[in-house]
Amino acid sequence: MARNLEGVPFPHLLDAGRAEQVAQRVKAAIDHINAAGKFGGLEFYFLEELSALDRQVLAEKRLISPQHAELAPGRAAAIRRDEGVSIMVNEEDHIRLQCLFPGLAIGGAWRLASEIDDWLEQRLPYAYCPRRGYLTACPTNVGTGLRVSVMMHLPALVMSGEARKLFSAITKVGLVVRGLYGEGTEAAGNIFQISNQVSLGVSEEEIIEKIRGVATQIVEQERSARQGLLRQARAKIEDRICRAYGVLSQARIISSEEAIRLWSDVKMGIDLGVLNGADSRPVNEVLVISGPGYIQRLAGRRLDATERDIRRALLIRERMRVYKSP
Amino acid sequence: MLCQRCGQRTATVHLTKFINGQKSEMHLCEQCARETGELDFVIEPAFSLNQLLAGLLSQEPAPPTSEPGGEVRASERGLSRCPLCGLTYREFARTGRLGCSRCYSHFEDRLDPLLQRIHGHRRHVGKGPRRISNAAEVYAQIERLKAEMDQAIRVEAFERAAELRDKIKELESKLE
Repeated sequence: MARNLEGVPFPHLLDAGRAEQVAQRVKAAIDHINAAGKFGGLEFYFLEELSALDRQVLAEKRLISPQHAELAPGRAAAIRRDEGVSIMVNEEDHIRLQCLFPGLAIGGAWRLASEIDDWLEQRLPYAYCPRRGYLTACPTNVGTGLRVSVMMHLPALVMSGEARKLFSAITKVGLVVRGLYGEGTEAAGNIFQISNQVSLGVSEEEIIEKIRGVATQIVEQERSARQGLLRQARAKIEDRICRAYGVLSQARIISSEEAIRLWSDVKMGIDLGVLNGADSRPVNEVLVISGPGYIQRLAGRRLDATERDIRRALLIRERMRVYKSP
Repeated sequence: MLCQRCGQRTATVHLTKFINGQKSEMHLCEQCARETGELDFVIEPAFSLNQLLAGLLSQEPAPPTSEPGGEVRASERGLSRCPLCGLTYREFARTGRLGCSRCYSHFEDRLDPLLQRIHGHRRHVGKGPRRISNAAEVYAQIERLKAEMDQAIRVEAFERAAELRDKIKELESKLE
């Protein structure tokens, strides 16, 4: 959700002093929320007080954007302890509020975001006009200032070649598809982010309903594509899953691209019941622990690429122990 | 019809190309079309919002550089500055980012058609800050009165139209 303060130029035109002032005003509003004991406590960070590595980890966890991790005056972030809520200060807009929920809980995410927004609004006069809604630095976000995204793991639709057709249909109904890791239909990990493109002239509820409707259809298509693959080529699919499991549970050196690519097969294996022993939580951690920043912060020092690949392989092997192949 | 490249699968992609007046036709199956790259221009899922915006801004008609018998106004040359942040429309067209909330009204004439092209709408629907939640209603009321005034003018009920105009002015001053 994008919000800006009335009467203050957008962050890209602010000098250091005024950017600091914006950060202090937002901090005061967050302090007020924390004092009221709302939302489980939002920790406020001035990014220049964090190390480059800590900022990189925040970006790898998607709590801040990669651009925001680069140093500039007045940049700050407020993050809830469980990392389900983050507020970027002085990114493209003065305020970017993000709520992350598991599953397809878009309604819940919106209600939480809207409630936090109401609290911020008590202390911060927003740039808003009844005709154009919330005013944002980029006119592509004006209106609701709302971007609703669903992350989806779609290995079977990619394998069967259906993903391309599907994505072309999605873009025709005003939604956008991006690869979470890299662009295009060959996105690593087969994880895609589906978001609304239009923010003006459609209400928040309409945006949510549209994304929910499309996401539900995609889930159905992915499920039937998986069953189709199993019917037509069970041995091949099981082979692919078990090979990926074999590598992740045995490799001594692994790059983050390889880890993310194999994650996709193992995750599908768990969803299909080919691999068992635990739910997909441990394997999902592979996505976070694979990031170069995370590994280095855990080690407490800078590591070169080979050292990172060795440590990554070790961390992944630990996660893989809970699973069993047939 | 079979794919003319592999000769095995059904052709589902039918391409007609005109290059320098030369017409050529191709009938391919989806797989061959993908392999030859013929489908690439059709589908571009990675199309980003910034690209979209840059594309729309570059489509805009170039502002007039001169006008017969008169000075070109600064706003038309894209040089007029927003009174709050000092941004010019030309700078916005280059970066895709406006300077402040005032830019929206200062560059209204040129932004409105742009918003229409980006969003397919010009008017906000949805949540608003509580402190101006009444404003949306006032706005809707103004719209109704304007329609009524137009109707009054059409039937030449000028007295009524003048009354309505004053009401509209009063409501508009509330929104300032």
